[in-house]
Amino acid sequence: MWDYSEKVMDHYRNPRNVGKLDNADAIGEAGSLACGDSLKIYLKIENGIVTDAKFQTFGCGSAVASSSILTEMIIGKPVSEVRKITNKDIADELGGLPPEKMHCSVMGYEALEDALKNYKEDGYVDMDEIFGEEKKPEKIVCQCFGVTENLIWDAIKQNGLKTVEEITNYTKAAGACGKCKGLIQDIIDTYYHKEKEEKKLEKTLSPAQKILKINSIIENKISPELQKDGGDITLVDIDGDRVLVKLQGKCSGCKNSTLTIKSFVQSTLRETVDENIEVIEV
Amino acid sequence: MTNLIYLDNNATTKVDEKVLDAMLPYFKDEYANPSSMYDFARGSSNALKEARGKMKDFFNAQNEKEILFTSCGSESANTAIRGVLNMNKNKKHIITTKVEHPCVLNLCQTLQKQGYRVDYIGVNSNGELDLEELKNAVCDDTAIVAIMHANNETGVLFPIEKIVDIVKTKNPHTKVFVDAVQTAGKVPIDVQAMNVDLLGISGHKFHAPKGVGALYVNSKTLITPLIVGGHQERGLRAGTENVPYIAGLAKAAELAVDNLNYEVHEVKRLRDKLESSILKTVFNARLNTGVANRVPNTTNIGFEYIEGELILLHLSDIGICASSGSACTSGSLEPSHVLRAMNVPFTSIHGSIRFSLSKFTTEKEIDYVIEKLPGIIDKITMLSPYQDELNALRKLKA
Repeated sequence: MWDYSEKVMDHYRNPRNVGKLDNADAIGEAGSLACGDSLKIYLKIENGIVTDAKFQTFGCGSAVASSSILTEMIIGKPVSEVRKITNKDIADELGGLPPEKMHCSVMGYEALEDALKNYKEDGYVDMDEIFGEEKKPEKIVCQCFGVTENLIWDAIKQNGLKTVEEITNYTKAAGACGKCKGLIQDIIDTYYHKEKEEKKLEKTLSPAQKILKINSIIENKISPELQKDGGDITLVDIDGDRVLVKLQGKCSGCKNSTLTIKSFVQSTLRETVDENIEVIEV
Repeated sequence: MTNLIYLDNNATTKVDEKVLDAMLPYFKDEYANPSSMYDFARGSSNALKEARGKMKDFFNAQNEKEILFTSCGSESANTAIRGVLNMNKNKKHIITTKVEHPCVLNLCQTLQKQGYRVDYIGVNSNGELDLEELKNAVCDDTAIVAIMHANNETGVLFPIEKIVDIVKTKNPHTKVFVDAVQTAGKVPIDVQAMNVDLLGISGHKFHAPKGVGALYVNSKTLITPLIVGGHQERGLRAGTENVPYIAGLAKAAELAVDNLNYEVHEVKRLRDKLESSILKTVFNARLNTGVANRVPNTTNIGFEYIEGELILLHLSDIGICASSGSACTSGSLEPSHVLRAMNVPFTSIHGSIRFSLSKFTTEKEIDYVIEKLPGIIDKITMLSPYQDELNALRKLKA
């Protein structure tokens, strides 16, 4: 017994926009009969706006509900906005789906992406066409359900997936023979490794950038605070992670100066610049 | 909520009022542990003895010592298979079928990892067992053949007498375990006529409650216990006997024997009425079992180019309970292993629905399903992206 939301039940009981659109401007497909669910979506686009949408679905309750609500979500919207819709948006709009059924929302996203890939709005430039570059075939990870590496990558990115089981729930990959579980784990590892590296890169500052940043924070953030109490601070020198400062005014000789240095100056710099910073009063 | 029409009796059944009445005294009054020495334990101890006698009759076993009470069909199967293997440590070969219940299939896969060789015998497109393949598989090393009496999804009966003959002719020492969970109460069971060594059943499939089962173990067949502990069940199944449930199981068995005639004729008539009507009125319906010999209560019908879960959801909305071998209902992403083993076409495997009746099913209920189902199928068929294929099929049928 699946725990379907009221909205899911409403949409499979009374699906909206069922059928085919004659003279559709864009048609997208996802899934297959052999795999147990498939979806065809038809779009009518005028002046860059989706004016009508219809669908045909072979699938379970949540597959029909995902397709039905998707048509409601896109009718009347500009193509540029429709292109931004993810599977998560579809699932959220339905009031959530059981984890094992998330792949139904992914199928909706896939069909939409497929439709818009085939559609070229005004000003759309297909670089591959211009340079005559041959399209590389997409790498299939799960042979049983024909799931590509790109789809798995998108599912991780859009939904923050972390385990092979989650990937199976969202894309069906590894849901049959399970031979591709290792490959999927590799994709997850690669994704998060890359993300970590990108974050690290953002964080690493050159020595010059570091000095400038420390100086700016002392001048703009720390000094004004101390001035409120009639004191002040100046930067004397920076030696690696050691930041040498001099307290002035009321702060100089204050019995709480050590506390000021450690719990305010040092912690502020650690938070904003580098967690290894040590502040020393000279 | 509309009236409930329960057509999922291969999943579980309603407990018969008479069964419940037979159980109640052992909750309220006769609650003694049957192993105790005082007079008060005589009631429960007698109930146990009586139940064993009734099960002996139900199986047509030679004596009461051949009856073991268990907690369910899965325990019966696990006890039988593991028990025989433990007693035949030098033999490392098992034979079963591709369409067994998961309690046998998953156990065999576990045993494979522990070094056993397992042959999984296939079936034809009607779901009938390949007896030639079975014959070729039996060898000197074969410790046990585990085979079902009837399949839970299709209701197809396997010819047990013939199977035992084939196995024993090639290797008289090989033991045969029969999973009769889906036949108990539906067709006669006679362990002596079948010449089987072990046979397991589950109470809740024939109007006893969930949580009780039985295993017949021929007196010439030695097994080890699965659950080790006290002396209960002659040391073959430890744990204080579940007296009320065992009394219920025995009562259900007794009622089932009395009801066999009704099952074979009346339940079958209603099943056939439902089946032939659907096949006649729904153009994309297809009987998955063809002409195979089946238990009287089951029909498995595939609806082409539509998906099973959606059919079940719409049926459920009007109070009809059935089940599907579709991937979406199980959460396993793959359609039923039974229908796949039968090579049911991929156009209809995902839209396969099982209706399973019981003695409580009425003609009025069947007529209601016959009235409502075509409209539901029609509504779902309209959603399908395969309209061209459906139109071709419609023409073909007309």
